[in-house]
Amino acid sequence: MKFIYQAWWKILAVLLVGYTIIAGFLLPVPALPILHETIRNVYFHVPMWMAMFLVFGVSVFYSIRYLGSGKEEHDLIAIECVNTGVVFYILGLVSGMLWARYAWGEYWSNDPKQNSAAIAFLLYCAYLVLRNAIDEEQKRARISAIYNIFAFPIMIVLLFILPRMTDSLHPGNGGNPAFGKYDMTNEMRAVLYPAFIGWMLIALWIATLRYRIRLIENKNNSL
Amino acid sequence: MIKRLICLAVFLIGYVSAFAQDVEMADTMRSSGKIYVVVGTIAIVFIGLVIYLFTIDRRLTRLEKYKD
Repeated sequence: MKFIYQAWWKILAVLLVGYTIIAGFLLPVPALPILHETIRNVYFHVPMWMAMFLVFGVSVFYSIRYLGSGKEEHDLIAIECVNTGVVFYILGLVSGMLWARYAWGEYWSNDPKQNSAAIAFLLYCAYLVLRNAIDEEQKRARISAIYNIFAFPIMIVLLFILPRMTDSLHPGNGGNPAFGKYDMTNEMRAVLYPAFIGWMLIALWIATLRYRIRLIENKNNSL
Repeated sequence: MIKRLICLAVFLIGYVSAFAQDVEMADTMRSSGKIYVVVGTIAIVFIGLVIYLFTIDRRLTRLEKYKD
């Protein structure tokens, strides 16, 4: 856990995202009907979800560890990762809505992908409500850890499996080809993959900051 | 000291841009659709946020040292 105090990976995150901000606007993209330049949204909308996955994944990892170890710190990591993940979830959802307004015609067209994203969002809101509803600390930690372990696979199913089994406007779903198959050029990949890593590290950074604040608060409260 | 430098920078930028408005020169920020301006704006916002994050990080490190 020493690395959360180190700077190198934070600088790496800044460099990667900084590169994608510049290259994402200036490198050529394929000319597609309807999408036009909005295809560049891929560099900023999709990494929000990747960042969210990473922190939610870390959260589940520490929820499982908490059940084994009973260490309070593991529970604190889990909750602060979810708190950070929810922020990136909202950013992904709202940026997706804006994009949908101009690519699909409506902010919200009750598309399977959008609807299940909304349901999965409520799933994580319920996690936060559940935590606040239990006063006793160890009970809260244990119950919310178990909830978190169940919520994560359900979120994966809602976001990735169910929309893909029906027709959806979102790329990669139903009979709709993913960007990766036909539209993604190598130039786009050269921006997209660094963007994934960069934003994932930024999300991790924010989560570690929140965790460190939480540790101090916790220490103060227990005194 | 820092305030004075910022003032100086603001005046300098204002001075340069006041002259740039008269005659349209082929400087990059104005070329083809002005996308560079957008890139610049977003880069500034991002750099600002990053500096903010680093400041929080430093403050936390100081707090943690103080606590131990």
